[in-house]
Order: sequence, then C-alpha cells, then structure tokens
Amino acid sequence: MWGILRQKVGDTGLSPQGLGNQMLRLRPATSAVRDYSAATKEMTVRDALNSALDEEMAADPNVYVMGEEVGEYQGAYKITKGLLDKFGPERVVDTPITEAGFAGIGVGSAYHGLRPVIEFMTFNFSMQAIDHVINSAAKSNYMSAGQINVPIVFRGPNGPAAGVGAQHSQCYGAWYGSVPGLKVLVPYSSEDARGLLKAAIRDPDPVVFLENELLYGESFPVSAEALDSSFTLPIGKAKIEREGKDVTITAFSKMVGYALKAAEILEKEGINAEVINLRSIRPLDRATINASVRKTNRLVTVEEGFPQHGIGAEICASVVEDSFGYLDAPVERIAGADVPTPYAANLERMAFPQIEDIVRAVKRACYRSV
Amino acid sequence: MSMLWLTRSRTSGGNFIKKIICTSLTLSSCQVTAASSFSSLLSNISSNGKEATFAFRYSYSCSTTSAAFRRYTSTKAKKQILSVKDDDDNDDGDSALEENRAMDFPGGEITYTTEMKFLPGSSEKRVQCYRVLDEDGYLISSNMSELVSKDVALKVYSGMVTLNTMDKFFYEAQRQGRLSFYLTSFGEEAINFGSAAALSSEDIVLAQYREPGILLWRGFTVQDFASQCFGNNEGHGKGRQMPIHYGSKKLNFITLSSPLATQLPQAVGMAYSLKMDKKDSCVVAFFGDGSASEGDFHAALNFAAVMDAPVVFICRNNGWAISTPVTEQFRSDGIVVKGQGYGIPSIRVDGNDALAVYHVVRSAREIAIREQRPILIEAMTYRVSHHSTSDDSTKYRSVDEIEHWKTTHSPITRLRKWAETKGWWSDTEELELHVEAKKQVKDAIDEAEKKEMPPLRDMFTDVYDELPSTLVEQETVLRETIQRHPQDFPKDIPM
Repeated sequence: MWGILRQKVGDTGLSPQGLGNQMLRLRPATSAVRDYSAATKEMTVRDALNSALDEEMAADPNVYVMGEEVGEYQGAYKITKGLLDKFGPERVVDTPITEAGFAGIGVGSAYHGLRPVIEFMTFNFSMQAIDHVINSAAKSNYMSAGQINVPIVFRGPNGPAAGVGAQHSQCYGAWYGSVPGLKVLVPYSSEDARGLLKAAIRDPDPVVFLENELLYGESFPVSAEALDSSFTLPIGKAKIEREGKDVTITAFSKMVGYALKAAEILEKEGINAEVINLRSIRPLDRATINASVRKTNRLVTVEEGFPQHGIGAEICASVVEDSFGYLDAPVERIAGADVPTPYAANLERMAFPQIEDIVRAVKRACYRSV
Repeated sequence: MSMLWLTRSRTSGGNFIKKIICTSLTLSSCQVTAASSFSSLLSNISSNGKEATFAFRYSYSCSTTSAAFRRYTSTKAKKQILSVKDDDDNDDGDSALEENRAMDFPGGEITYTTEMKFLPGSSEKRVQCYRVLDEDGYLISSNMSELVSKDVALKVYSGMVTLNTMDKFFYEAQRQGRLSFYLTSFGEEAINFGSAAALSSEDIVLAQYREPGILLWRGFTVQDFASQCFGNNEGHGKGRQMPIHYGSKKLNFITLSSPLATQLPQAVGMAYSLKMDKKDSCVVAFFGDGSASEGDFHAALNFAAVMDAPVVFICRNNGWAISTPVTEQFRSDGIVVKGQGYGIPSIRVDGNDALAVYHVVRSAREIAIREQRPILIEAMTYRVSHHSTSDDSTKYRSVDEIEHWKTTHSPITRLRKWAETKGWWSDTEELELHVEAKKQVKDAIDEAEKKEMPPLRDMFTDVYDELPSTLVEQETVLRETIQRHPQDFPKDIPM
C-alpha cells in the first residue's frame, strides 16, 4: 500500500520532521507496551482509578476529592472507596446536591492552589455545571493572561450504561473536546485508567476525564510498571492496541473492546485491522491516526456519541486534510443513533454500535460485499 | 375556611393526629372559598348548633384553594379537649400542653405547637439599614467619632473622585469610538472604597464588574485600567479580555468573568483553600441584586454555610439589573433576608455612606475570620450609571429619578461634607484633586491608545500551561500565510 499515491509529506499540513519522528517512535512505543502485557496481575478499572486517586492524594496534600456521595457512601460507583477513612473529610468532601455549586467551588479552590478532583455522578449532570467547566476553568488561564491556572480534574462516567434512558446516556466527548483550554481523556483499560488519571491530576491544566460505567468492573492485565506509583501515561498520545495493515479502526473507551473483538472476527475473514485506542480526545493524536491511515489506506471511526459533530467527524476531517491522497475508500463513521437514548432493551441495543456494525463497516471500507 | 384540628400526640410513634373533630354536616354545606372569612364561618357553625365547637385558626393571609380537606366523623363531639394528657409513662406532668413536646427529627430537635401558623413571606417592617452619616455629612451617632483616621478617610475620598473621573472619561472614550465597551460605577463609589479600605491586602476579592475601586485602592493605576480597556501590549491582560474585565494576581483580585454569580461558588472554593492554609484573611465576593437570582448564588451561600467558609458576600443592591427593577427580580425584602435562609448572619447597610460601609465590612471580616463562617452584607444604593455603554437607561426609567440620586444622594458629596466638617478638606484641595484626576485619566487614555497591540504569539499562549505542538503548528502556518498574503491581514499586528 505504500507505493500507491506516494505524496511528499511536505505537501500536507504536517511537518516532515514531525511525521517522520512520529512514525519512528510508533514502533518502539507500541511494542514496548505490548511486550509487557504478559503481566502477572489483573486489575479492574475501578481498582485502577481508586489506586490512582489514593497514590496521588498520598503524594500531594493539595489533591482532594469532591462530589456527591464520594465520602461516606464510598462513591456512587465505589471509585472513591476507602479514601474517606484514609484521608479524612477535609480531603474527601461530600457535597450538597448542586453540580453548579461544587464545580464552581472546585474551580475556586484551584484558583488558590488546591488540586481538586471533582466527581460528577455522570457527565450528564455536568451540564448543570458546564458553565464552570468551560468559562471558569477552561478559559481562565487564557483570560487572565496566565495569572490563574486551574489544575482541576472533572471525572465521572460518560456515555451509555445499560437501560438508563436518555438523560443518563449521553456522551460528552465531542462537547468538551471542542473547547480550547481543556484536555479531554478517555481511558479504556486499567492501565489507561491509572496512567491517565495520574497524569491528569498532575497536569496544571483543567482535565475532563471521561470514564465508562460498564468498564468499571472489567479486569485487565496490568504490568509491573503500571503498578508503580510514579507511573503516568502521556496526555495526547493514542495507543495502537492491535497492529494491522488493511484498515484502521479508531475507537475510545468501551468501543475499543468492541473494535478489538470485531478485529478478531475480521481476521478470520482475511481482513487485518489496526485498532487505535485514542486515549485522548483533546489533544487528539492526529499524527498516530494519520500515520496509521497512510499505512492501511482505510479508516473506520467508532464512537457511542451522537453522529453529528462527533469525534469521528473530527478524525475524518483531520485525515482528509492531512492524508487525503492515501485514502482508498471513503471514511466510514460509526456512531450512536441520532436519537435520545431509548430505554427498552431492544431499542437501546439498536441505538448504539455493536460489534457486528463495526465488522460490516470495515467490510464496506474494504469493498467487500456486506 | 375554618375547622378546628384537635391534635393529640402519642409517644415517639410519631402519629400525632389522633382525633380530628369537626362537624361533617356543617362543613359539607360550607362553601370553602378563598374569600371565606373566619368569623362568618364560625358563626355559621355555631348557628347550626351541631357538634363542632372548634374553629380552625391560622394566621396566614393568602388565599388557598379547597384542596386537601380531610373529614373525619366526630367521635367525641362537644368535648373541649384542650389539655392533653398522655397515657404513657413519659408524661412528666408539666408538659401537659402540646407546645413543649419535641421530636428528634433528622437535623435536630423541633418542638411542637398546636397553633398552625404559616411564617409570612415577608415581615411588615423591612430590615433596617445601618448608617453613620446623614445626607448632609453629619455623624448621626456621637460615639462614632474615632471611626476612621484622616489618612484613610482622605484616601477613600480621593479614590472615589478618581474612580468617578475615570468613569466619566472612559465612558466618553467609548462614545467616541476609541473603546469598544465600558461600564461605570457612578453612584456606587462608596461601596467600592468603603469596602476596599476595610479589607486587608491579603483578602482575596472576587468581584462582579462594578467594583474597580477595590483595584484602584490596592494600587492598580489608572494607566493599568486604560491598558486593559484598550487591550494593548502593556496591559497585564495581554489583550485577552474585553474592557473592564480586570484582574491582578499580585493585588489578590481575581480576573473578572462575565457570567453572573459564577464568582460566588468560586469564592467559597477559595475560602476552603484559605482555611486549609489557616491564614488570617478571608475571601470577599461582590455581586448585584440581579445576580442573586442565579443558581450559583444559592449554591454558594448554602455551601459556604455548610463548609464554614470565611467568605464575606457583599451585595450591591442598586435597584436595577439592566432594565429589570428589583420589584421584578424577587419578592423578598431584598437580599439581606436570604442569608437567614442559609444560616448566614446578614446585615443591611446604607451603601452610599462610605463610613458605614467601611465599618460594616470591617466587622464582617473580623467575624468571618474569627468564627470561620460566611457573612452576608446588603449595601443599598442606586445605579446612577446606565448598565453599560450598551444601555440607555432613560428608556426604562425617568431622567428625574436618575438625577435625583445622582445629586441629592451622591456618596461622594456626602463624604466630602463630612471631611469638611472635620476640617480635613477644603475647596482648594477639591479643585486640586479634580484637576489631578482629570489629567491622570486623560493622559492614561492617550498613552494607552498609542501603545502597541499584543504580539501574535499572545494569541496562542496561556491556552494551556505549556504551548502544545498543535498551537505551535497553527502559529507557524499563520505566520507563513501572513507573509504570503500581507494584503489580507491588518498592519498593526506585532509579529
């Protein structure tokens, strides 16, 4: 595939040096992480998040957790279990029910040097506080000309769960991903959860950390390196979960698991798919995505959020801008249905991408009959 | 509507309505309407002569619908059971009356009463306003003579005049097209400087937008103000914000943010952080009467009380929120009464009396720090200004009203008169001050206008703590494009 439509890298918006370096760096990085996966320990995402919070709070007395039910109740999803007992009520703060209130308070405390980790019970409720996330947190460093930085993390489950209906199922990746000043992270595995949350807490900028309720209970192998308390993952770097040469599938959060399963099914039909775990929506790792598309020449994006103005739309635009000549087929975009999420189980299943949808889309991209 | 409820409590079982006696007959023929008066119904009942001898009393003067009338057949008609004897062990004899029994509900003990009484929406008398000087600048109460030193008083006064002058000229500059926007604080100078003087420089201020006097007091120069408004390279703001959105980390004044009332929960958060530092300072948050309608106001006050946060909330009740008068903003007696709704001690002060404001803010600050709790201050004043340069308030209020407040109740005049009675001020100094202020402001505007605009790089910095590679790329591409197509871009961008 390399021979087809070989364009000078310089024609694109990417600098030749940057892209070249990116591609060189890809191999060692992925293989290093992949080799470690012969690890001894398994850890649920929930425990991964809990351990990350625990370690960061122990390391820095300015880090504190705030949200509804995070203390006495041990967390609505038990992510903050045990933290109240260990660190006390000043570091694990149960709040009255007001997202706007505690988001604003968190931001205010960050103005004065604390490092809050604000939990939204789900990101659907963050809409009640979104003004603080955007106008009080994201834009503050810029508007104050660097005088006020906001080292805050907003975290919580995002996207659909199971049978929770329209107001508990929306994905906010696209909304927050469009705001300059924010960083938006989307962990998939336990290693992602640990490394990215620790990086987010240590980051001086405001970070929106989108978890997934259904992943909390899933176990993943974790390397010894990942278990170390100094372990962090770089923000803005995607991970190639599975290398391939025929088609690139981008996904984040729960859809990474679906994409990997789809890849296994496709392998049996002779299609060798490369699966990219985005890990970060903002900054988006355009370099990794484009390098992959230049290798495979076909792209399928997967997300659970609404299709219009979604993550897939942005990735598609990026690839068209930077790697148009390398595409052998139109970009396939899989997203949630353009409807508020229905509750009935059969309808809900139709409203979100399933493994079969990914398989069919890949086949379309490969011009196989579907 | 009248019906007498006989209540008799049991023990901690909580089933406190044992017998409800009424006449089914009488009441079934009652027309329960909003207009029914107590006495007419009572006579109605007694004239029917049926069992009911009780009447339902409540001191509440609003109309109610006929919803929720429960009727039970009388079992003990004609029996006045006023003393309640409980037939269990816990009867200690002297608590025969219901009034003294209490129940440990979640949240604390509450005593019972048999009198159904609705708390009125507002009291007949409005909360009084604390003041020290009368309109002519005389001290009302003689024991206030050592309130403030000459230095502080004159610094307050000259600050008020400087602010007033700055506002006049900057407003004019906007009208002439030299500034895109401006917002004045006419009529509210006493709140600005009375409070500024009462605070320590370590107290963190989160303002709304009509409090530039705090910055002036703390050392932000008129030139600094001008630079921010013109968005030039000199301003600390790097040309990022629209005019009047000042801030200074050094002076503990958080950069202003446009969405209203967002500064209130932020203030609570900062106070929470201050508590952890155990500093001898507090956070002061300013807001207007309109902002008190925002959700953030309620969340902030509630939270501040729950978290024992040392925040002094200062409301500038100037009567107007753009064109919305306070009568259309809320139905309560202003903002001061809302404090009690959250468990916060509150006070109302004459916002046009600089000395009163100074006194109140200083005391509030002491309480907040000493007792580590929030305080609410409502400073009554009048918005002589239009809301901003985007508003012409003569469209919704009379010119006479504005003039009246501008002249008769001017806080500047009032303080000056007092300073003159003390022999601290004279016409000579007045003239000097005005000349000096005018010169300072005019020079600042001229200077700021001439200064260079922020460089292109400043468009991309501070989005994040560190300049990300994506923005470096964008800047590179932009520079190349400007070089290639200079005619498409303005000439005054420092590269």
